[in-house]
Amino acid sequence: MNAQQKLPAEKKKIKLKHYINYLLILALLIPFSITGLAGNIKGSTSLLLTQIAYSMILAVSLNLVVGFLGELSLGHAGFMCVGAYLGGYFANQMHAVIGSKLVVLILSALVGGLMAALFGLLIGLPTLRLKGDYLAIVTLAFGEIVRTVFMNQEIFGGALGLDTQKYGKTLYIAALVFAIVTVFVAQNLMRSKHGRAIQAIRDNEIAARAMGVNITYYKLAVFVIAAFFAGIAGVIYAHNTTPVDYGFFSFNYSIEILVMVVLGGMGNITGSLLAATVLTFINVKLTTQLSGDLAALKFLLYALILILMVMWNNAPKLAGLRAKVNFRNLVLWIKQTVFRLTHKTPEGGEEPPTNAAWDKIPTKIEMDAVLSTDLKPDRSFEADKPQAPTKGDKQ
Amino acid sequence: MSEYMLETRELGISFGGLKAAQDVNLKIKKNALYGLIGPNGAGKTTVFNLLTGVYKPTTGTFYLDGENLTGKSAIEINKRGIARTFQNIRLFSNMSVIDNVLVGMGNQSHCNLFESIFRLPRYWKTEKELRAKARELLRVFGLDEERRTVASNLPYGKQRKLEIARALATNPKLLLLDEPAAGMNPQETAELMETICFVRDHFDMTILLIEHDMSLVSGICDELTVLNFGTTLATGPVAEVLSNPEVVKAYLGD
Amino acid sequence: MNTLINGLCLGGIYALIALGYTMVYGIAKMLNFAHGDIIMVGAYTIFSTLALMGHPIPAVIVAVVVCTVLGLLTERVAYRPLRGASPLAVLITAIGVSYLLQSIAQLIYGSKSQSVSMGNLGSVTLFNNVSVSISSILTLGLCLIIMVALTLFVKKTKVGCAMLAVSEDRAAAQLMGINVNGIITLTFAIGSALAAFASTFYLMQIPSVTPTLGSMPGIKAFTAAVIGGIGSIPGAMIGGILLGVIEKFALSVPVLAPYTTAIEFGLLIVILLFRPTGLLGKKRREKV
Repeated sequence: MNAQQKLPAEKKKIKLKHYINYLLILALLIPFSITGLAGNIKGSTSLLLTQIAYSMILAVSLNLVVGFLGELSLGHAGFMCVGAYLGGYFANQMHAVIGSKLVVLILSALVGGLMAALFGLLIGLPTLRLKGDYLAIVTLAFGEIVRTVFMNQEIFGGALGLDTQKYGKTLYIAALVFAIVTVFVAQNLMRSKHGRAIQAIRDNEIAARAMGVNITYYKLAVFVIAAFFAGIAGVIYAHNTTPVDYGFFSFNYSIEILVMVVLGGMGNITGSLLAATVLTFINVKLTTQLSGDLAALKFLLYALILILMVMWNNAPKLAGLRAKVNFRNLVLWIKQTVFRLTHKTPEGGEEPPTNAAWDKIPTKIEMDAVLSTDLKPDRSFEADKPQAPTKGDKQ
Repeated sequence: MSEYMLETRELGISFGGLKAAQDVNLKIKKNALYGLIGPNGAGKTTVFNLLTGVYKPTTGTFYLDGENLTGKSAIEINKRGIARTFQNIRLFSNMSVIDNVLVGMGNQSHCNLFESIFRLPRYWKTEKELRAKARELLRVFGLDEERRTVASNLPYGKQRKLEIARALATNPKLLLLDEPAAGMNPQETAELMETICFVRDHFDMTILLIEHDMSLVSGICDELTVLNFGTTLATGPVAEVLSNPEVVKAYLGD
Repeated sequence: MNTLINGLCLGGIYALIALGYTMVYGIAKMLNFAHGDIIMVGAYTIFSTLALMGHPIPAVIVAVVVCTVLGLLTERVAYRPLRGASPLAVLITAIGVSYLLQSIAQLIYGSKSQSVSMGNLGSVTLFNNVSVSISSILTLGLCLIIMVALTLFVKKTKVGCAMLAVSEDRAAAQLMGINVNGIITLTFAIGSALAAFASTFYLMQIPSVTPTLGSMPGIKAFTAAVIGGIGSIPGAMIGGILLGVIEKFALSVPVLAPYTTAIEFGLLIVILLFRPTGLLGKKRREKV
C-alpha cells in the first residue's frame, strides 16, 4: 500500500444544494416585498404568504424531530399554542411600552419561542426515554393538555380566545425572514457533528450509543429546538390572527404539519419547504372555497398523501421499483433524452453520457440481480435440446 | 500504566436467576489479539455487553489499562477507549459511508451546538480535520472511493469492514469484534484475517474477538478463553486451549 | 353513586375499545390509530340499518359484519404491505387511514350530528333509591362477558396460543408452522368486531353520531390501554375502567370539569414516568 499516495481532494465548488433552501424562500420574499413595501399588495396575498411562512417554520422544525431524529411527535401544534398565547400576551403588554411594531414582534417571537422551548424541555426531559408509539401518544396528550389549560385561563381570554393586535400587511416579510432563520439553524445543525449524531440515533440507537453518542442529550436538544421554532410560528400566528383561538391548535393541526413533512420527505428540508408552500396554498385557495361538507375533501387529500407517500417510501415490496424510479434517475433520464434530441447522431452514434459516479454505486437491486443470475441454469445449455412440449400443447 | 490492556476480575451478571456470565477473568496484554470462543449461548456477547456498558455487571470489576471502568456508562467507556462491532451489523444504514465514520469521530471534536449552528471558525477547523482523518481511515480499509455511498448499499463484506472502521474512528485502545467473520465465505474470511492483523499492527491496537470460525481463531489469535454456560472453561495460548479435552467435549459432546 | 355507575359504564366502553388496541398492538406490534374510526363506521352502520329496518338487533349484527370486514380490509390494503417497515411508517399510515375513514364518512353523511335512537330500555331502582338505566347494566354486563370470553379464548384455545406465540416472537412462530399473516388478520377481525360492540354501547349512552365520533374515545381508549400496559388484556380492562371513572368524577366537580381531558392525559404521562410499560405491562429488553 502506498502510504504517500495523495487522496483526491474534495471539490471546492459552491453546491446548489447548500443554498437551494434559502433561494426558495427568497423567491417568495424578494418579489413580494418589493410590491409590499410599495404598498401594492393585496390583503389576501399578504395573509397567504404569512401562512406559508409559519407553515414552513412548523414543517422544517417538525422534520427535525420526525425526519432526522426519527421520533414521532403528534403535539407540534401544542408548542405552537404555547408560543401563540404567551408570545401574544407578551406582545399585548409591550405594545403599550414600545412603539415599534417590529421590535415588539421580534421580542415576542423570542419570548414565545423560549417559552415553547421551556415546555419542550419540561415535557421532553421525562418522556424522551419512551420510544416510538409511546412518545407519539404522550406528545399527543401534551398537545391536548396545553390547549385545555390555555382555554380555561381568564387571563388569556378564556373560551373566547386571546385578543391580539394585528401586525399589518407587511407581517409576511418578517415571517419569511424567520423562516430563513429556521432553515439556517436546521440546515447548519444537521450538517455538523451534532446532526450526524442525531441521524445516527435515528438509524441505530444501540450502535450510536456504542459510538459514544449521548442519546438523551441529543433527543432533548432536537425536541427543544423544534419546540422553539414551533413557538415562533405561534407568535407569528398571534400577530396574524385575532383572537388567538385554542381550537386551531388541535390534534388535526399537528397532523397537518406531519402531512407536510411526509409529503416533502423525511429528513428533507427543501421538501418540507415546498410541501408547506403547496399545501398551504391548496388549503387557502381551494378548500376554503369548498362549502360545508365538501371541506372533507381536504382531509381526504391529507389521508391519501400520508398513506401513499409512506407506502411508496417504505413498503419492502416496492424497494425494487423505488431504486429504479427516483429523482436521481429522472434527472439522468432527462439528461439522456435531451442529449438524444440535441445530438441527432445517425446509427452507431456515441453513447449518451451517463452519470459515472451514479453508475458505480452498487444498489441492492443490482446485487440481487447478480445473485439471481448466478443461480439460474445456463440458458445456452438448454438451447441445444429440442423444445419440450408444454402442458398446454397436449393434444 | 498496567501490564494488561484489559483485565477483568470475577466479572459476572445474572438476569433474575440466570447467570449469563460469571467469574470471567480475562488478562489481555497490550497489542494482543485475544479470542473469546464458546458454544452458542455461552455468554460471549454478554461479556462484550458488560465491557461496553450496555449491561452493568452484578459482580466483579474490569480495568482498561489499569483504570477501573466498572459500572461506567456506555458513553464514558467509549470515551476511555473501548469500541466494538456487532454480531448482526448495526451500521447507520441511511447515512453515507463517511458519515458513519464521522459519527464515530464525534468524541474528537469539541465543537458545541452553538458553534456548529453559527459556523464559527472552530467548526470549519474541526470539520476539516475530522474529514481528512476519516478519509485516511477509509482509505486504509479500501472504502474511500465509496465514501458517498449510502451504507446499506455496500456489499456485505464491505459493511463488515466499515463497522470496524467506524469502531476505530472513536480512537480506542481496545477493539472488540463480535463475530467479524459471520456470514463470510472462506476467501472473504482470509481477507478479513489480513485486515484484522493489519489493524493491530497499523493502529497498535489490542483486539478481543468473538468467533466461531476456528480457522480464523487459530490463524490469528495469540491467546484464547473458552466460555461455556457463562463460566470460563479454559484459557491460555491457542494450541494449548484447543487441545484441552474439556474444550473438545464442550464443542463436540462426549 | 350515580357518577360511579356512569363512570363504570363509560369505562366499560373504553375498555372494549382498549381491548381492540391492545390485541392489535400486542400481536401486530402497531398502534392502529384508525381503531377509533372503525367505531365511528360501526355507529353509522347502525344508524343506516336502523333507518332501514327499524330494529336495533339486526342493526348491531350488520355493524359487526361491516366493522370486521373493514378491519380486515384496512389490514390487507394499508398495513400488510408495510410489514417489516419501520414502526414510524406504519404509525403514520394508520393516522392516514383514520383520516381517510373520517373524511369519507363526512362526504357521505355530512358533518352534522345525526341522532340514533336505540330504544329506551327503561331503568330499575336499586337499593338506596339509586336508579340505574338498564342499558347501563347491559353495557357493563356485556363488556365483562366479552372480556372474560376473550381472556379464555387467548389462554385456552389453540388459536389463542398461536396468537401469544406470534406476539412473543414472530419469526419463531412462523418457523413453528404458525400462519403469522392469518393470525394477524384474525386479530384485526376480533378487534374490529369489538369496535362494533363498542359503538353499540356508545350509542346507548350518547345517542348521536358524527364523523369524528371515534377519534376522542379512540385516543382515550388507547391512553387507557397504555396506562394498563399495552398488550395485556386485564391491563386494558383496568385502564379503561379507571379512565372512565376518573372522567365522570372530574366532570362532576365544577372546578375540575374544564380540565377533564388534561387530567386524563396527565395521568397517562405520570403513569408512564413511573412505569414506562404501564401498570401491568411486561418489560422488554432490546437484544444487542
